[in-house]
Amino acid sequence: MRLLILEDDSQVTEWSAKYVAKRIRDFNPTPEKPFVLGLPTGGTPLGMYKNLIILHKAGKVSFKNVITFNMDEYVGLPREHHESYHHYMWSNFFKHVDIQPQNVHILNGNADNLADECDQYEKEITKAGGIELFVGGIGPDGHVAFNEPGSSLVSRTRVKTLAHDTIIANARFFDNDLTQVPKQALTVGVGTVMDAREVMILITGAHKAPALYKAIEEGVNHMWTVSAFQQHPRTLMICDEDATLELKVKTVKYFKNLWGVHSKLIDDPVNV
Amino acid sequence: MVNMKNSTTTSGNGPIVKFHNCLILRNHELINDELWISGSNIIDPESLFYNEKILPDQVVDCKGAIISPGFIDVQLNGGFGVDFSYDVDTVNVGIMTVAKGILAHGVTSFCPTLVSSHPHVYTKVLPHLKRCVGGKHGAEVLGAHVEGPFINPEKKGAHDQATMQTFKNGMESIREVYQHIDSICMITLAPELPNAIKVCIELNEIGVIVSVGHSMANIAQGELAVNNGASFITHLFNAMLPFHHRDPGLVGLLGSENLPPGKIIYYGIIADGNHTHPSTTRIAYRSYPKGIVLVTDACSAMGLSNGVYHIGQQVIEVTGTKAFVQGTNTLAGSVATMVSCIQYFWATTKCTLVEALEAATLHPATLLKIEKHKGTLAFGSDADFVFLKPNTLDVISTWIGGQCVYQNDKFDELITTSENCSVSKKKSSNS
Repeated sequence: MRLLILEDDSQVTEWSAKYVAKRIRDFNPTPEKPFVLGLPTGGTPLGMYKNLIILHKAGKVSFKNVITFNMDEYVGLPREHHESYHHYMWSNFFKHVDIQPQNVHILNGNADNLADECDQYEKEITKAGGIELFVGGIGPDGHVAFNEPGSSLVSRTRVKTLAHDTIIANARFFDNDLTQVPKQALTVGVGTVMDAREVMILITGAHKAPALYKAIEEGVNHMWTVSAFQQHPRTLMICDEDATLELKVKTVKYFKNLWGVHSKLIDDPVNV
Repeated sequence: MVNMKNSTTTSGNGPIVKFHNCLILRNHELINDELWISGSNIIDPESLFYNEKILPDQVVDCKGAIISPGFIDVQLNGGFGVDFSYDVDTVNVGIMTVAKGILAHGVTSFCPTLVSSHPHVYTKVLPHLKRCVGGKHGAEVLGAHVEGPFINPEKKGAHDQATMQTFKNGMESIREVYQHIDSICMITLAPELPNAIKVCIELNEIGVIVSVGHSMANIAQGELAVNNGASFITHLFNAMLPFHHRDPGLVGLLGSENLPPGKIIYYGIIADGNHTHPSTTRIAYRSYPKGIVLVTDACSAMGLSNGVYHIGQQVIEVTGTKAFVQGTNTLAGSVATMVSCIQYFWATTKCTLVEALEAATLHPATLLKIEKHKGTLAFGSDADFVFLKPNTLDVISTWIGGQCVYQNDKFDELITTSENCSVSKKKSSNS
């Protein structure tokens, strides 16, 4: 596992955007050989999208031959609702770049048969050739996508009931009205993300320090689903200083000493 | 897979065009966003992206222009040498001349207005003022605004007293005088006339907008009319009792608490700097901003230079920005354009740009109960809009039903060049 420790949130989002852009460009995607990208929603990724849009407008990256799969979506929330992940993706990313609508995949939380919808999603990922790079964030309890604590680490795309504290945390987006907060979501499984050829996790803020500690310094544990990526051959965790607060000094020093190696990951002769 | 049951289909018929790099007026805000249209309608691009999975056929760079909904003028007597009430034999041509001419002022729909006239004038003219869709030929006609002749002779303004009528037979009088009531969108009447309230109720029932004006009504009479269906005050302050602190008359409706709950009383302001003193305009606006409707009340001289012209059966003289009944100091209607009224109003009240634009778009549309189609850039609305130069608000181009119907040559460098972008019209095969 690689852990990249940057100064703050803005550096994390800028670096991650550059990394995604570089990966797409190095891949040299074509209609026949598209780049398949897994995408998250949430606060930390928002900055990454903003930076990706800047890179796109500067002509540094095109999404024309990129196929995307989003991690999750609420069940029963109208697609056009301002808190739906469809709306998030449209207004924060898709509308600003040259992505082709038919290349975009987001789980339909209003499907008549939710189980079929999830099965179909897995098949679509397979059909696209599997995910090249899955980008994710994590919750303070270490959940990745909506794989709440206790989720199977080999889970696939499915309906998931949200943890009570997730519902409470989300109430702020729904007029602080608990009854308005969706109680279920469709989400890719931990296993689905594990199948990606590379996983990149963004972790920022002191409130996520315990989760990062569990992800890095403790063992694989389904109560902290992000810890599953210890078993992934190619995981890149990008965090800010605040998120390292619960880590051992030794751990932090070790990864910081690797900066010389890690910074080369976005080195780019074309100056991304 | 992304087709969700709650979503609505948005694309109409016709090419899909994306306007970007613009400030658009939406939800009472000027926002940096895109405007998407399909054929003659404004559409929701998000729905198009997820449901129909298609990209725009054309992308237009607006180069920072403001896009406002098209202006709506509910009181326009004529212009470009045409007077709807006077040039009765050529009104079919006259209406076209005016409808086309006002495109340059950003007006995309209007109510051609007739001053108090003899019945034979209405018989001849009204059939030509029916609702008529706009386009390259001119702005949309929303139906006629008949200003009089059921008004108070004591507040006749520039109207000919010999034409004045009373509601002797209630609604029957209306039908007798106008003949073609189906062409009428709005009627200005004096609510203090006998039987006027009964007529208000009946007009309201058949969907004709009732405006009070050219009237000696006190506030109680005004309130009675509004409680019985009247929703507009014709050119506030003009041709009505002046504001008096013990009985504020029709002007007092702006502060009245004896109106139906939630009812907005709209009022027309001719913001040309002549018909109301700037201070008066500010007082009205600040006391009741949500009701203001900018009207031009323009006469045949609008768009023409100084000289002598006809309005109704009278002779008027234009000097500079004023038009008087010849030989008197009675204002006979304005020579203002809608865009100049907006500019003047914005400058003189120091209101926000959004408020200035809504006074000529959302407010008149809501008054006429057509706000679902016109007066906003909401999804589903008619694609009637105006490109304005930021800061000066000069009209760059005017669009009706998604078609560019006017372009100002002066702003060639600002005018958008549209390029065909590679289109992916392939429908999704996803489930």
